[in-house]
Amino acid sequence: MASIYQEIRPPEPPGPLTWIRKNLFNNWYNSLLSLGSLALIVVTLVAVLRWIFITADWRPVADNLMLYLVGQYPREELWRIGVIVSMLSLLLGVSWRIWGGVMRTLAFTYAIFLLVVALWPSSLESFALQARAAMFANLGVILVGFLLGSSHRLRGSHVLIGWLVSLAAMLVLLSGLPGSQSLAPVPTGSWGGLLVTLLLAVGGIVISFPFGVLLALGRRSALPVVSAISTLFIEVIRGVPLIGLLFMSSLILPLFLPPEVRIDRLLRALIGMTVFSAAYMAENVRGGLAAVPNGQVEAARALGLSNLNITTLIVLPQALRAVIPPMVGQFISLFKDTTLASGVAVLELLSIGRSILQADPAFIGLQMEVYLFVAAVFWIFSYLMSYASQRLEVALGVGER
Amino acid sequence: MPLRASLFVTPEPLPMRSSQLGETPPFWRDERVLRIAAQLLSAALMILALYWAVDNVRTAAQQRGLSLGFAFLKESAGFPIGESDIPYDPSDSFAYAFWVGVVNTLKVAGIGVLFATLLGTLVGLARLSSNWLVSRIAVAFIEFHRNIPLLVLLLLWYRGVFTKLPRVQESIVWPGPIYLSQRGLYMAWPRLTSESAPFLVSAGVGVILAILVFAWLRRLRETSGRPTYFGAASLGVLVICLGAGWFLTGGNAFQADIPVLGGFNFKGGLHQTPEFAALLVGLVTYTAAFIAEVVRAGIQAVSRGQLEAARALGLDYSQLLGLVIMPQALRVIIPPLISQYLNLVKNSSLAIFIGYPELFFIGKTTINQAGRAVQVFVLIMVVYLAISLVTSLVLNLYNRRIQLVER
Repeated sequence: MASIYQEIRPPEPPGPLTWIRKNLFNNWYNSLLSLGSLALIVVTLVAVLRWIFITADWRPVADNLMLYLVGQYPREELWRIGVIVSMLSLLLGVSWRIWGGVMRTLAFTYAIFLLVVALWPSSLESFALQARAAMFANLGVILVGFLLGSSHRLRGSHVLIGWLVSLAAMLVLLSGLPGSQSLAPVPTGSWGGLLVTLLLAVGGIVISFPFGVLLALGRRSALPVVSAISTLFIEVIRGVPLIGLLFMSSLILPLFLPPEVRIDRLLRALIGMTVFSAAYMAENVRGGLAAVPNGQVEAARALGLSNLNITTLIVLPQALRAVIPPMVGQFISLFKDTTLASGVAVLELLSIGRSILQADPAFIGLQMEVYLFVAAVFWIFSYLMSYASQRLEVALGVGER
Repeated sequence: MPLRASLFVTPEPLPMRSSQLGETPPFWRDERVLRIAAQLLSAALMILALYWAVDNVRTAAQQRGLSLGFAFLKESAGFPIGESDIPYDPSDSFAYAFWVGVVNTLKVAGIGVLFATLLGTLVGLARLSSNWLVSRIAVAFIEFHRNIPLLVLLLLWYRGVFTKLPRVQESIVWPGPIYLSQRGLYMAWPRLTSESAPFLVSAGVGVILAILVFAWLRRLRETSGRPTYFGAASLGVLVICLGAGWFLTGGNAFQADIPVLGGFNFKGGLHQTPEFAALLVGLVTYTAAFIAEVVRAGIQAVSRGQLEAARALGLDYSQLLGLVIMPQALRVIIPPLISQYLNLVKNSSLAIFIGYPELFFIGKTTINQAGRAVQVFVLIMVVYLAISLVTSLVLNLYNRRIQLVER
């Protein structure tokens, strides 16, 4: 018996040398191509590594971590940021336990982010020990959230409501309450860095979602006037560059409003981002709506559902499931597009970098270091999100069911 | 049995008053009335909102003494423009300065689309290469560019590379000669001379003849099935015509315009500013990464069976690519490619951050110079909309031609 098993055993997997010969050097032009690529990779890697570890001067990045994170947010009010970080930790921990999959990726990313901040390679004066310890403690908070999520009474809907309530609470915490002593108002002019970048991206996508859905429904409406208005709005917004919309919302929007209405600069940028995002959201949702088979609507009508019920109970739930992956993609590009807000004097991550470069004459000529750091932050966040989105696509089974 | 019998009993008609059928529903539940009412309501809301906004602008304009007309466009602009391919002077009108911006936008967008397509296709094909190292390099290129903001990429190229180049006196020299320095790129360029007219004429004739020969020979092949070598033949016609033109001008069709270092800068040659170069390189590499993914998806969408069938028919590699894979892949590639082109055009507005004087930059300067933010923004938006609409119209026509006709 033993000998038979030996005979039918599959062939050994090829060793690394065999693999290299078969895949990289199987004929003369492939060999040439491989050698050329290898040379390119080695030369680039050596140059990049040498620049990063020897040539580059990382002072404008290393010594200003707090500026990159929260901008000029009053240092005595930093406890509020700490509370927000803990809220996020708790919620991510709970969501990880409840939904798994993507949320696990997000929670891991967040934990790594906390670790990097806690172990940031700079002196304790530029980034205090307490702050580092707080970041470490938040790793524990994620675990607490994870354990809380194991409770049987907790459902997905509870966590969703928890997220929405917390987002509102975070905004109140950040901006403070007028006339309050312990929660004094903090003007948005002093917010900055990653805080503002995330605020613009998350705010833009969350606020634009209902408008996008309405516009998509409007565009598909059987009423010609409604459909024409929606189509006109969507196509005009999609036809012009975002930077134009941002300048419009910061320069011209105040003119279109009565003089007694004064809108904060950050809010104006957020309005521009939201209008832009709503048009793209509408097209995504329209794609999802088109993917719902007509038989669903006909069946619902045969059951006697009203038009409103058909839309909210039958069509939208199916359409929105198909829309989640493109929406993550839209979020990623919106996240990257927040850099354009630096054109209208909003101190997001990139403009913090630019102002750090201008603030200190010792940093003249260190643009490459600062911009590469900003690029790396965006790269890591975007890459992890698109990775999570690919997993999400598989988990949702879009196009398979 | 009684149950079974009941199945065959025709149910008694429901008691129904005859008047109910003819009765119309009250107007607030009549669908036709409701439809019209909903549309009137939404139109009225829209018009009211617009009226309110415009009224606010007019009040604000009156209070601040701003005018809302377009008459200022005829006034002298008064600001210099860094680079322009059409002659421009600060004493020219705002309208003309605006036109310079439009030309600059079209220039960077046109060249950008061309190079982005070439580079994107190359990277997309490399991504599908069977050579593991080549495909990894393509993946690294794509992932690097897709996950960073374009603005950061542009600043990296401009502040990190192009303004860090050596001074003019120590320019990097490439064969050509091409000089690369802080002042940008200077390269030798063939310029037309007074004697080049016959060459241009014969070149034009050559292009027309080549197209005609191409169409005729291809039709011949499609109808007769004989190989007619239409590609090589039309290329040959073009080369012969160009050669004849060269002879007619006595070999002096062009004059090489070679940049010469004199004093503090180069004189002559083709000059591109660092702003233009950074914008172009940034836009091209960024868009190419997205185009590469589009190309890859398109080629992967062609089913394997098609490839195997073509091999079984004995087509060689170029026929396989040109006659089987590309026509089918293009159907998938063209629609997303259109939106990438439109993105590139819109993204060229980021030039405002590095100071290349395109449409948006000129618009912003006009606002600083003359006020009138509302009118200038209306103009900018209209131009971008027009460019977007024309581009998507042309490409959608092409798209319709190559799509499968479904009945």
